[in-house]
Amino acid sequence: MPKTSSKSKPKTNPAREFVFGDLWEFDPAPETADPKVKKKYNLFIGGAFVAPHSGKYFATINPATEAKIADIALADASDVDAACKAAQKAFTTVWSKMPGKERGKYLYRIARLLQDHAREFAVAETMDGGKPIKESRDFDVPMAAAHFFYHAGWADKLEFLAPGRQLAPHGVVGQVIPWNFPLLMLAWKIAPALAAGNCVVLKPAETTSITALKFGEICQEAGLPNGVVNIVSGAGETGAAVINHPLTSKVAFTGSTEVGKIIMRSLAGTEKKMTMELGGKAANIIFDDAPLDQAVEGIVNGIFFNQGHVCCAGSRLLVQESIADEVLAKLKRRIATLRVGDPLDKNTDLGAINSAEQLAKITDLVKSGVEEGAEKHDNGCKLPAKGFFFRPTIFANVSMSHRIAREEIFGPVLSILTFRTLEEAVEKANNTAYGLSAGVWTDKGSRILKMSTLLKAGVVWANTYNKFDPTSPFGGYKESGFGREGGKQGLLDYLKAL
Amino acid sequence: MTRLHITKTPKCYVGGAFIRSESGRVTELHDASGAFFANIPQCTRKDLRNAVEAAAKAGPGWAKRSAFNRGQILYRLAEMMEARGVELADSITLSGVSKSEASREVAAAIERVVHYAGWTDKYEQVLGSVNPVASAHFNFTVTEPMGIVGILAPDDAPVLGLLSLILPAITSGNSVVALASITQPYPSILLGEMLATSDLPGGVVNLLTGVRSELIPTFATHEHLRAISGVANAEERKALRLGAAESVKRVCLLKAEEPIDWLADKLQGAEEIRALIEFKTTWHPIGA
Repeated sequence: MPKTSSKSKPKTNPAREFVFGDLWEFDPAPETADPKVKKKYNLFIGGAFVAPHSGKYFATINPATEAKIADIALADASDVDAACKAAQKAFTTVWSKMPGKERGKYLYRIARLLQDHAREFAVAETMDGGKPIKESRDFDVPMAAAHFFYHAGWADKLEFLAPGRQLAPHGVVGQVIPWNFPLLMLAWKIAPALAAGNCVVLKPAETTSITALKFGEICQEAGLPNGVVNIVSGAGETGAAVINHPLTSKVAFTGSTEVGKIIMRSLAGTEKKMTMELGGKAANIIFDDAPLDQAVEGIVNGIFFNQGHVCCAGSRLLVQESIADEVLAKLKRRIATLRVGDPLDKNTDLGAINSAEQLAKITDLVKSGVEEGAEKHDNGCKLPAKGFFFRPTIFANVSMSHRIAREEIFGPVLSILTFRTLEEAVEKANNTAYGLSAGVWTDKGSRILKMSTLLKAGVVWANTYNKFDPTSPFGGYKESGFGREGGKQGLLDYLKAL
Repeated sequence: MTRLHITKTPKCYVGGAFIRSESGRVTELHDASGAFFANIPQCTRKDLRNAVEAAAKAGPGWAKRSAFNRGQILYRLAEMMEARGVELADSITLSGVSKSEASREVAAAIERVVHYAGWTDKYEQVLGSVNPVASAHFNFTVTEPMGIVGILAPDDAPVLGLLSLILPAITSGNSVVALASITQPYPSILLGEMLATSDLPGGVVNLLTGVRSELIPTFATHEHLRAISGVANAEERKALRLGAAESVKRVCLLKAEEPIDWLADKLQGAEEIRALIEFKTTWHPIGA
């Protein structure tokens, strides 16, 4: 559409639409599959579930009901030591001697078993983490299985990764993952590590340990040699023990930039290799020639997917000034239809915020947005009486200096800024310490490629958002971290050139 | 009467110009016999910051040059070095290294420049990829330079060691600020003169001489340096990594306490380029 046409367009009445509001209640549509969750989970070390050395357990709760689900073993330094030794033993006696072809077959088995247990894992994931069942069922679990399937095939083809160079695994890899995609992040970490010939000690996030420990059961079912995968649950101290253990020669971390920096400092005196997948404050940029209805869907997916608990969430919306009012109006209409509530309900769009702590952080940042003068809109929906929930929220009239435009909120909160020219959009998009991802919406192919070239971000989504694939490298520029996950580039980060 | 020969004042190559340290400080350099040879600039943190500024100015233009053009410019550097190879080798012998060993180092350095000249328009095809995603998207991963790379040269191999670190960085379009060998700084002065005549835009390579311990803290913490590459001892590595954590800077260091065979082929190639680039993945829908 030529630029002038939008200006000269006569004012017309807005398109008619059906808005039923709360006229009719949706019937509940709960997913009822049995998640097969135990009352108590021990640590997965050396192929067996073992009680923690200290005898201590902590409760994991369902953030949608605040009800306790299970007791999770708390691993201390001596448990982590046992896990690292088990991994080292598995590496030297079994895993490093096994031909890649055989290693690959174990990964294929794991992929298949995850598919077999898919619904069970999806329900467990949703109960423990709060994400909508439609996401855990259609995204998290199938994508986790896909990651194992993809990497399985690499295990006997590593010599094609770095032509002319001899490669070797690191040995024992220490991995610490976040709570936003518990099983999927585990798959992103474990699948390439094992394909490359490493053994792993992985620490799941404190609030979401269940699917990681259930994954231990999958390893047993697959007959994976003892000690190749070890899962140690716990909080920050457990993670620090994994990262600082002398046997972990490579460390892979996904989490906040703040913790990433702490890890970098604590490993400064060592020669450990690192991969850091840290925070983000992505710009989602809408040009005036973009297909607006499609863009609005992309904006909604970009910020409200997984309650906005996504490091690459499109949390800064940059809209070209001429269409800013229209986009805001469309967004307000769209979020009115988003359903917030029981994560296990198949019709739920936004589930529970992962923890009380995260809810407090989101609430605080939203408060700062109001206080700093941005214009807040939410969909005003009813929230469940129990559990941690937050309405999908949009801030208009945000300026670059506002906290909500600079800090990672990690919640369902969108900040809208405007721009006039392409150069201004790039300047605003890149004006952040982060550089994980960005979105571009325009009808013009050459502009997409220009934007993709100019944006300082590891992933650029054009006319789409929040797309992932095992074959596609993911990771950040600047303070969003270093190293990639996925594709041949990600796999190479689990190998060293001799 | 014999003619009094003109001695050269060694100057550092920064921003395409030849500078003395802003501090006015120098270090006396002696030849292998112990005789005074020249005064070498003792660059300061301020000089380092100025060099980073020069690199920041030159970087985007260099990164935008076509791969073919970058290759030709690097090849031109090899031509310049070849022409002054004897002089360069002589500068290495100042430290007492034999003439034949110095010549071998210079020859290897020139070969290495030619090696990377050939990489400029090839590494992208080796390191990047088109990714067969399961959805209807054209998905591809390209490389981009990191920006400004700080380089810490080893004490030995003052030409080959320094160039082995600089070349993989500039091949992909990074600009660099390098601290030359402390014990053998003079060859880097000559190298600066060769860079100046190689068609490489001024500011892409900036070469400093100075005291390591004074400059390492700034190398570690300067936020515009997006990566540090080089050779360092255990204490320096720790200091560099601690500083790097503040801005999530990329660090790739070789150990100074272990012998490095700079002549080895495994110290050059696509993996060295890979260490100093970022990967960018773009998703584009396939449809009407």
